Amino acid sequence: MKILVIMKQTFDTEERIVVEDGQISEDGVEFIINPYDEYAVEEAIRLREAHGGEVTVITVGPERAEQALRTALAMGADKGMIVDDEELDAPDEYTIAKVLAAVVADLDYDIILGGYMAVDDGSAQVGPRLAELLSIPHISTITKLTVDGDKVEVEKDVEGDVEYLEAKLPVLVTAQQGLNDPRYASLKGIMQAKKKPLQRLDLDDLDLDEDELEAKTETLEVFLPPEKEAGKILQGEQKEQVKELVHLLRNEAKVI
Amino acid sequence: MSKNGLVLADVRDGELRHVTLECLAAASQVMEDGVVTVAVLGSNAKDLVEKLSHYGADRVVTVTNPKLDQYTTDAYLQAFLQVIEKTDPDVIFTGHTAVGRDVSPRIAARLQLGLVSDCTAVDRVDGKIVFTRPIYAGKAFVKKAVREGEVFATLRPNNIAALEADTSRSAVVEELDVTIADDSLRTLIKELVRKTADGVDLSEARIVVAGGRGVKSAEGFQPLYELAEVLGAAVGASRGACDAEYCDYALQIGQTGKVVTPDLYIACGISGAIQHLAGMSNSKVIVAINKDPEASIFSVADYGIVGDLFEVVPMLTAELKEVLVEN
Repeated sequence: MKILVIMKQTFDTEERIVVEDGQISEDGVEFIINPYDEYAVEEAIRLREAHGGEVTVITVGPERAEQALRTALAMGADKGMIVDDEELDAPDEYTIAKVLAAVVADLDYDIILGGYMAVDDGSAQVGPRLAELLSIPHISTITKLTVDGDKVEVEKDVEGDVEYLEAKLPVLVTAQQGLNDPRYASLKGIMQAKKKPLQRLDLDDLDLDEDELEAKTETLEVFLPPEKEAGKILQGEQKEQVKELVHLLRNEAKVI
Repeated sequence: MSKNGLVLADVRDGELRHVTLECLAAASQVMEDGVVTVAVLGSNAKDLVEKLSHYGADRVVTVTNPKLDQYTTDAYLQAFLQVIEKTDPDVIFTGHTAVGRDVSPRIAARLQLGLVSDCTAVDRVDGKIVFTRPIYAGKAFVKKAVREGEVFATLRPNNIAALEADTSRSAVVEELDVTIADDSLRTLIKELVRKTADGVDLSEARIVVAGGRGVKSAEGFQPLYELAEVLGAAVGASRGACDAEYCDYALQIGQTGKVVTPDLYIACGISGAIQHLAGMSNSKVIVAINKDPEASIFSVADYGIVGDLFEVVPMLTAELKEVLVEN
């Protein structure tokens, strides 16, 4: 099986966010594979273990994003591809999907996996957009995947309900939490990853013109939410605290 | 300048989801003098016309193809594309829900549009429609606008107030026939298992009762469900509780889980890891119940009770029963 994984490097989820000069500061920040994409990488490796074939991990991002690909290679992916071009300075989901579609157009694939969203921008757009550009079906927020011949059987999370679906390959699926437990890269894996092929591409390699990639949306402002002030810790007998809480919720906060 | 707005309705189990009314309010707010149209798909689309007109729709387009009774990406994509072609909107809104999240990026890709997803506020600034949306699960926010083409956005449930119902309003109704060929449907639904049938959906809930590691076991969630029932609330959980297998990941709230902004969030036995706070700290009012007075959840809570949740939560349920019944 030819398996592709689209992934993104994101801030570690433990990072605090600092805004500097109207932008999110990257100073001293730890980067990780977007956690939802990590489920996709794990699932891709399991598919290859079960069916044979090859896993290629693909990202669009700055030079540092190469580290996320190396981590995926250390987990067990076979090949990495990164599109890094300074013309891609303020991409939106439209842009990223176009770039990925150009990369994928030159590859053979049976299935494409990705996270259903990235924990940084949280837009949940790139997977379905890419599927549309490739004219293949997609199934989002999956929690179980079985490939049987040219068919996939999938469990999908629909806001807490579970849908069981079937589709023919090729298909793009996006991972939801619960799909699997991603493995840690072993020391052996990390050593091996250094020797695995990692291809760097720019827009010229993809025959893409920056004009056709111009973002359709723009960011006007970045800001932090107002600092939440610690509230009132209730005092006294527990029973009295509970009575006071209900009173406050009804009469002060007016939420019940 | 006349602007046409289009809302793609979100219908679940034959009922309009509240976020559709929120989309109508947002559309009405950013329109200058245009017409707000709602598209409703499915066999019972016509039953929903009256409600939609009361909440701000000027025109309702119904598509009653039986292939639209259950959501599939391909069928909805085709139907919505045909509605868009017919209504030629300048602005398109839908909910950031399972349906909206799944189909909107495909519509946007097909029509080469920008899409601003998961918006929590919409404004009109100098003639431009400006969206506010959370990034890093609410640790920060951005204001975004569409530079080119039609304005298309998905709106997070529960953040934009619906209009007051005006029962004197009525909408123009049009039926649209769409053709959906059998072989154009590339995914087949075998079965849908309802797990949330009796509960309140987390993403639209006005009140959320959430449990963490302090709940100690799957059975430990029972008092939380009892409290939720009295309040008409949804039950959620921290990652700790999900990882410990006290509950399903579908309940998880946090940076790698659902992000919720209810009016009231009651955190029970949750310590308040930064990833969890990212998912709930923008709730309007937060109550924390925790044995540990040093727990960081208290730093974001409006009201805190230091105590054992297994004592406090049942007491709270009993007190609420009494007070709410009186009224």
